Amino acid sequence: MSTIPTETVQPGKASLLYDPKIRGYVYQLALLAVVGFLLYSAASNAITNLRAQKIASGFGFWHNAAGFDVNQKLIPFSASGSTYGQAFYVGLLNTLLVASIGIVLSTFLGFFVGVARLSSNWVLSKLAMIYVEVIRNLPLLLQLFFWYNAVLKPLPNPRQSIELPAGALLNNRGLYLPDPQLGPGGSLIVWTFLIGIVATIIFRAWARKQQEATGKQYPVGWIALGLIVVLPFFVYLVTGRPVSFVYPEIAGFNLRGGIQIFPEFVALLLGLTTYTAGFIAEVVRAGILAVSKGQTEAANALGLRAGPTLKLVVIPQAMRVIIPPLTSNYLNLTKNSSLAVAIGYPDLVQVFTGTVLNQTGQAVEVVAITMAVYLTISLVTSFFMNIYNKRMALVER
Amino acid sequence: MTDATLENSPYAFVRKETLPQETAPLSVAGPVAWVRANLFSGPVNSILTLLCAYIVVTSVPEMVRFYFIDAVWSGTNRDACLADKIGRPVGACWAYIGDRFQYFIYGSYPVPQRWRVNIVFAMFALGVVWLLWERAPLKKVGFFFFFVMLPIGAYVLLLGGPNAEGFLRWLIGLTLVLMVVYLVLSFVPALARFWIGPAFLAVEEALPPWKRFYRPKRLVLLSLVVFGLIAILADTIGLPRVDTGLWGGMTVTFLIAAVGIVFSLPLGVILALGRRSKLPIIQLLSVIFIEFVRGVPLITVLFMANTMLPLFVPQEYSPDRLLRPLVGVALFAAAYMAEVIRGGLQAMPKGQYEGAMSLGLGYWQMMRLIILPQALRIVIPGIVNTFIGLFKDTTLVTIVGIFDFLRTIEATLVDPTWATPTTRATGYAFAAMFYFLCCWGMSRYSISVEKRMAAGQKR
Repeated sequence: MSTIPTETVQPGKASLLYDPKIRGYVYQLALLAVVGFLLYSAASNAITNLRAQKIASGFGFWHNAAGFDVNQKLIPFSASGSTYGQAFYVGLLNTLLVASIGIVLSTFLGFFVGVARLSSNWVLSKLAMIYVEVIRNLPLLLQLFFWYNAVLKPLPNPRQSIELPAGALLNNRGLYLPDPQLGPGGSLIVWTFLIGIVATIIFRAWARKQQEATGKQYPVGWIALGLIVVLPFFVYLVTGRPVSFVYPEIAGFNLRGGIQIFPEFVALLLGLTTYTAGFIAEVVRAGILAVSKGQTEAANALGLRAGPTLKLVVIPQAMRVIIPPLTSNYLNLTKNSSLAVAIGYPDLVQVFTGTVLNQTGQAVEVVAITMAVYLTISLVTSFFMNIYNKRMALVER
Repeated sequence: MTDATLENSPYAFVRKETLPQETAPLSVAGPVAWVRANLFSGPVNSILTLLCAYIVVTSVPEMVRFYFIDAVWSGTNRDACLADKIGRPVGACWAYIGDRFQYFIYGSYPVPQRWRVNIVFAMFALGVVWLLWERAPLKKVGFFFFFVMLPIGAYVLLLGGPNAEGFLRWLIGLTLVLMVVYLVLSFVPALARFWIGPAFLAVEEALPPWKRFYRPKRLVLLSLVVFGLIAILADTIGLPRVDTGLWGGMTVTFLIAAVGIVFSLPLGVILALGRRSKLPIIQLLSVIFIEFVRGVPLITVLFMANTMLPLFVPQEYSPDRLLRPLVGVALFAAAYMAEVIRGGLQAMPKGQYEGAMSLGLGYWQMMRLIILPQALRIVIPGIVNTFIGLFKDTTLVTIVGIFDFLRTIEATLVDPTWATPTTRATGYAFAAMFYFLCCWGMSRYSISVEKRMAAGQKR
């Protein structure tokens, strides 16, 4: 008897060429090699080129004197004695200023327009639709040019300023507001105001807890009004009206006194706000439409009117859909504020990537810092919005 | 007991004949009811309506008066648009647009050479219609035309000069060689066994030779025709070099948008696949690229392309001034495109992947034949949205000194020939109309695609 030799089948012993694991390693190594080579050649080219152009590298320029001035500055800065590093902070603060105000304003406008588009009022909803369609289909840069060159620049010169209520003046150098000066005892008003805000926040938290525990509602709105507006006003009267205003007035060819808001700032803020609001409006509309109609009907069946239904039932649920795209709109607004360079608002890009780069020629460092700043802003904003999103998200099982 | 029917009950009154139908009361239907329901349904609503009506009444007639009734339609210089020169209030100065129209389209492109731009425009229009018109034939050839022939053709035509013509001749040679190879293969099918798979060959062999040649090789024929036509033009009329510094206007705007689209789509697909890849290094590099580019403003990318790109390459290959923002815009758009396409890939049910694998398809075959066609179709609206954003963003190249459409408008505004108080408003209105029509048209198209695809999903 002879045994038939059984052929042993060896699975998976195919050629190494067809092993997906090996292939994966090879692909990745190849990609790494390509990227590494690109980076290396870019760096070595940059070094030779910079040397050929005799441009210094490194961050030594940070402490060199900057020979230029900036019109709008939140921190002290002057052509004589300030450094490029300080110019960076001036630009950064201006960017943050216009972005934060723009975010607040565009949120309000966007919510209003988004809700208006769903209004049962025909004229209102059509107007909202036209607003959204027009704003979203035009480049932001064109809108900025429009606000700056076509609306604000043709305003009359300071001598023929347009007089606004409360002593404010408007001309082609900007908007001049009365500057409040605190007399003796005036700081008391500011303190009352701040205390009022804190007290309102505490009271609101307390009222919410009470409502959750007992179901009893407190008039939070009225009490907030009393604490924040009426009480400081009362103090104002009691202390003998210690606030006086310095009104802007014509002096020679210019205006003196008052707080000057530059037209570049106004134009950028107007452009960013209206543009982003158009996008936020659509986000809000989509969010509200995502709330099922049964929710509105249920609220109506409980006897809630249109206003409370929207505020207490629809919007809170819509927020879950709204927050993620709202975040990207906030980020877009912040990034779009870099268009300031086109109309001369001294933001980070205009001051740093524009003027400082031109003066020092250190493109690599300046652009890298600018990009790092925007990346940081992006990451921080998404981080906070993600926390907020987690708090608002629907918790299931 | 009696049957209490209508017939015999003594007090019943039942009308036997049908009354003529009456119209609904005015408060339920008709214009009055509509106004009441939609405009004045409550005090708040009424106030809102009146407020809106006030806005409309104050703004619309004013705009109509400015842009149409008081507008100036013809003239050769600023005198035509000055109120004290023509003795009436002046609105928009359309004469200025008419005078500068050519400049807005071509920028400073030399006048005798502008036919070249026109041909590129025609090719672009042909490609767009071919791809977007649902029932157009030979879609794949159209894709090839738009994504390969058009960029090469536009490059040769617009730039011209000995370099471009040499490149053109090289291309024609390449196409001819390919054609000969295909010709041999289609008449001697046995040779083709190494070229294309045996299964495919079985289908091919059933056809007569000329069909075999014609069927899959349309692309070669098309390239030969296009390149040949351009070569004939170059030989008869000549294509002298036009430096990119002279390009401008809508030409440049469309050029940047088209380059952005042509490069961002494939690059975006690769990045999206990389981001979903199981290989950690590939995934990491894709994520870094996408998140980095999406986290910074386009302006900084443009500044980087403008100031740093020349540093990163050897001096002798320093990129052209127009090429730099093109690279920046394409990379920027690719990162956004990648995220859109990733959405489509994520929307694919797992069964599609499993089905493809069970057929024994490899990764690239699976992606090319099964996954990507479906995924891309899902995200067409998203892709169009990215295109709209890209088209609007082309205006930013103004800031790094490229003469795009918006920049040409700005440039004419400071030109004393047409400096009048209303020139600026007219120029911006014209720019707004141009951008609005393009963007709005694209968004309408994406909505119609969405509806068409939803029709198949309706239950």
